[in-house]
Amino acid sequence: MTIAELTPNSFRNQPDDRGHFGQFGGRYVAETLMPLVLDLEREYRAAKQDPAFAAQFDDLLEHYVGRPSPLYYAERLTEEVRKDAPAGKGAQIWFKRDELNHTGAHKINNCIGQILLAIRMGKTRIIAETGAGQHGVATATVCARFGLPCFIYMGAKDIERQQPNVFRMRLLGAEVIPVTSGAGTLKDAMNEGLRDWVANVHDTFYIIGTAAGPHPYPELVRDFQSVIGKEARSQMLSRINRLPDLLVAAIGGGSNAIGLFHPFLDDKEVEMLGIEAAGHGLEKEHAASLAGGRPGILHGNKTYLLQDDDGQIAEAHSISAGLDYPGIGPEHSWLKEIGRVRYDSVTDKEALAAFQLLCRTEGIIPALEPAHAIAAVEREAKKMDRDQIILANLCGRGDKDIFTVAEALGTTI
Amino acid sequence: MTRLSTAFSKPHPALVAFITAGDGDTAANLDALVAGGADVIELGMPFTDPMADGPAIQEANIRSLNAGTTTADIFALASAFRARHPDTPLVLMGYANPMTIRGGDWFASECNKAGVDGVICVDIPPEEDPELGPALRNAGIDLIRLATPTTDTARLPAVLNGASGFLYYVSVAGITGLQVAAQTSIDEAVARLKAHTDLPVAVGFGVRTPEQAANIARVADGVVVGSAIVELVAKHGVNAAGPVGDYVASLKQAIVTARKAYA
Repeated sequence: MTIAELTPNSFRNQPDDRGHFGQFGGRYVAETLMPLVLDLEREYRAAKQDPAFAAQFDDLLEHYVGRPSPLYYAERLTEEVRKDAPAGKGAQIWFKRDELNHTGAHKINNCIGQILLAIRMGKTRIIAETGAGQHGVATATVCARFGLPCFIYMGAKDIERQQPNVFRMRLLGAEVIPVTSGAGTLKDAMNEGLRDWVANVHDTFYIIGTAAGPHPYPELVRDFQSVIGKEARSQMLSRINRLPDLLVAAIGGGSNAIGLFHPFLDDKEVEMLGIEAAGHGLEKEHAASLAGGRPGILHGNKTYLLQDDDGQIAEAHSISAGLDYPGIGPEHSWLKEIGRVRYDSVTDKEALAAFQLLCRTEGIIPALEPAHAIAAVEREAKKMDRDQIILANLCGRGDKDIFTVAEALGTTI
Repeated sequence: MTRLSTAFSKPHPALVAFITAGDGDTAANLDALVAGGADVIELGMPFTDPMADGPAIQEANIRSLNAGTTTADIFALASAFRARHPDTPLVLMGYANPMTIRGGDWFASECNKAGVDGVICVDIPPEEDPELGPALRNAGIDLIRLATPTTDTARLPAVLNGASGFLYYVSVAGITGLQVAAQTSIDEAVARLKAHTDLPVAVGFGVRTPEQAANIARVADGVVVGSAIVELVAKHGVNAAGPVGDYVASLKQAIVTARKAYA
């Protein structure tokens, strides 16, 4: 085989018409949901062709969410990292500031798109699952904005560690339903979301929070989140007239990462690095599906999963509730297998250190999710030349995490 | 004639009884199902994330997995069942990941060795048939498909293409064990399905009383009961065989009587 046969013409034309990214993705759902999933695909195709849909999406992103988010050169962080770097090393560190969005994370981009689809399909009731609560807050927000009843499934353990977000969702008029099955985290909340959906298919739209689930969710979530990468790409070109050498983003399900990466996938000179949560360490409890898992089928798609030899799904662990999931979006599994994106991981401890470093050097309190990306940025910057550029996605702000961080640092607040 | 087609050729509709493998004394409960008159056995493969199941079967899955049940244990239970009951059809029901983790061919071959007659996989719709369907068909194992209230007439041919054994009509849009479908909706659905297929049609989800079983038996070729049996296993633990056998016998009597009265 020649290289040409092995390398696709474009990395940006996935999935195929059956919703597969190579061997990953697909529509592994109960028959009850299948007609609805096919409907959603038809509606999404129509919406994509409809200039009015795009216009409404863009208008809301600009005036309600506050886009475009800034592109920021983190000068003091760059200098700080250079202090420990070998001579001549220490790449420039830039951030895409999606933590400045309304509701404090990238999650709202996707929720705006999906609620417009829900309205287009005539659905009158919204459900969602949430881990850290960011997607729950974003969903509750768009439901309040459009006056639709909202039910959020959240693991009982996550409710405990994310009280501020639970209160936010309730203020926004959502009903937060605790999920006690399993370990009471994101995967269990997703199971309950699917159970609700299957019982209420006639009137309910399920706003999935990450680029995973049955086709067309991985595709449409990616498309809605791609605003991150599209903006970043044109901002980079207009600010410094070049593309970054390396993109870095944290990955739970992987929606902020695919949103940043996808518009750059065909820019051969741009390397990409996805960072999974290594929790207590890859040899212990963690949430790094690509590093520690293998392909399997869960929650409507085939992808890398943490599981045992019999295909029973393992519990994930991360200090970041938003990364605490034993799977990953199927497009990342594909990008890993074809080698276009490199994946690595960062432990709880490393993320906590990076969290504090960003607070002190840049006056930005990041969420624990992008703190994982920042830890990797430090590592990578030291290996790269000073004229090289790293662009990381600062996908959420850390207000929600101050209690978790205080506890980890042994402080009472 | 396969064991499944024989079971659906009896003068009365088939009673299809479900329990979760590895929950309680599974071998004794399987024997009780047969003794009580179950015509087809559905053996549930426990999964950590049973998205289509209600609380009763979710808890059975957790009890089984906490007791350490492995896929090898399930096939051992099936093999031993086949040795004790050469004629009663046995169907494995479960989720895609445990069935496909070692490949569809491996799973189909294990089914064959263990004397399993058919497989119901909740989360492999016809669109993803290549994952398991060809392997099962090559091994001569029936792939039992599900039709639901959302499966419209236009979609039905896709569901029936590659289906064998019987067609399982999930009578409610929902999860197992909770809601009960209105009998009129079941009557209409079964009539619609039977106009499109010669496969026997069995109806399940939410069926728990002999009266409900009898009403379904008047129109369908089979009645599936699951959560109500699983709840007895939960209540009686390792001593569930007696109550399970009695309950199944009451269902069977209602089904046989219903069809006689109707005929």
